[in-house]
Amino acid sequence: MSSAVAEPQLEAEFEAIVGHKDRIEPRDWMPEAYRKTLIRQVAQHAHSEIIGMQPEGNWIGRAPSLRRKAILLAKVQDEAGHGLYLYSAAETLGTSRNELTELLIAGKQKYSSIFNYPTLSYTDVGTIGWLVDGAAICNQVPLCRTSFGPYGRAMIRICKEESFHQRQGFELLMTMMRGTQEQRDMVQESVNRFWWPALMMFGPPDDASPNTEQSMAWGIKTHTNDELRQKFVDMSVPQAEALGVTFPDPELKWNAERGHYDFGTPDWDEFWDVVKGNGPCNAQRLAHRKRAWDEGAWVREAALAFAAKESKENHA
Amino acid sequence: MSGQIRSEWPLYEVFIRGKRGLNHVHVGSVHAADGQMALRHARDVYTRRNEGVSIWVVPSTEIIASSPGEKDPLFAPSGDKAYRHPTFYEIPDNVPHM
Repeated sequence: MSSAVAEPQLEAEFEAIVGHKDRIEPRDWMPEAYRKTLIRQVAQHAHSEIIGMQPEGNWIGRAPSLRRKAILLAKVQDEAGHGLYLYSAAETLGTSRNELTELLIAGKQKYSSIFNYPTLSYTDVGTIGWLVDGAAICNQVPLCRTSFGPYGRAMIRICKEESFHQRQGFELLMTMMRGTQEQRDMVQESVNRFWWPALMMFGPPDDASPNTEQSMAWGIKTHTNDELRQKFVDMSVPQAEALGVTFPDPELKWNAERGHYDFGTPDWDEFWDVVKGNGPCNAQRLAHRKRAWDEGAWVREAALAFAAKESKENHA
Repeated sequence: MSGQIRSEWPLYEVFIRGKRGLNHVHVGSVHAADGQMALRHARDVYTRRNEGVSIWVVPSTEIIASSPGEKDPLFAPSGDKAYRHPTFYEIPDNVPHM
């Protein structure tokens, strides 16, 4: 974009918009670092939605009833939709969907570490809905007011749909808790596996999150990782009580002085290990995405060739 | 756009009429090989919960936009015309229905 206005003035205008908690829109001037940070964050978010289809998609063919199968199909389809809303937002920053997909497949962009854990039983569909989507909602609600307009608008749309995800998960678990002892044990076992990885979804502790300060100054983030993690714990404890399960944390207890629950420290070594690619399913998730991308190439090319032919015939 | 390394389906902007009586509103974009496919993709991506009764798709390259980021003089003419607003005129409180 050519402009006669000097950069310091453009930067001052950008800072003023962000300072007023107004929104930056795609054609506005923005600092290169802001654009880069946003592309990285929105792409990572989009990739998480797309990769996130795999752990649950794993159970569509084995859902225990037609009702549960229809719900799970709709949920996984929503995740695809969420990924597309976010890719659409990322593209307004001057990147392209192909480029982002190729960066993901090449391992140059990340997705949420939670999706590198396996879904060992159908119960995990319920636990993911309740805890993983619950944590996602905690993260995403404040992002509805993020400083970049298209990202915030995508988040509003996503948050509306996430509520269904969380409720269907909780209802699934409630149904199992009303079943046999074996079913109740399955729920507790699944919750035990997902609790800590769900807490890790908020990212590293604030003192190990180098990007947080700048992101907050730019209005991209409005809360720190630790604030959101605390909020999630506070929300989840009464839900667990209603469900009749416990969380695998001996340090978890109400602190009347703080007005919050105290809780233990997630295993950050495990977190970094998974982020670096050594989680239980990292290789499998990426290989699956790559296979879908490669095997779909002929469809994308054929559709383009067909459109070109049609357009030629119509103009002949 | 930096990413046109290999041929990518073109981008279409999507506008949806939420219900009768409302305008079409921009909701996002989809990639598709042609307009008909863009409509189908827009339906799947943006109207899974009855959010629309009508969809428009427009190739993104066909949108002609003003430039909000560069202190565009385009909107200057309306800036100093306060007399176009009803609040510009002072009417006594005892005058009804105005």
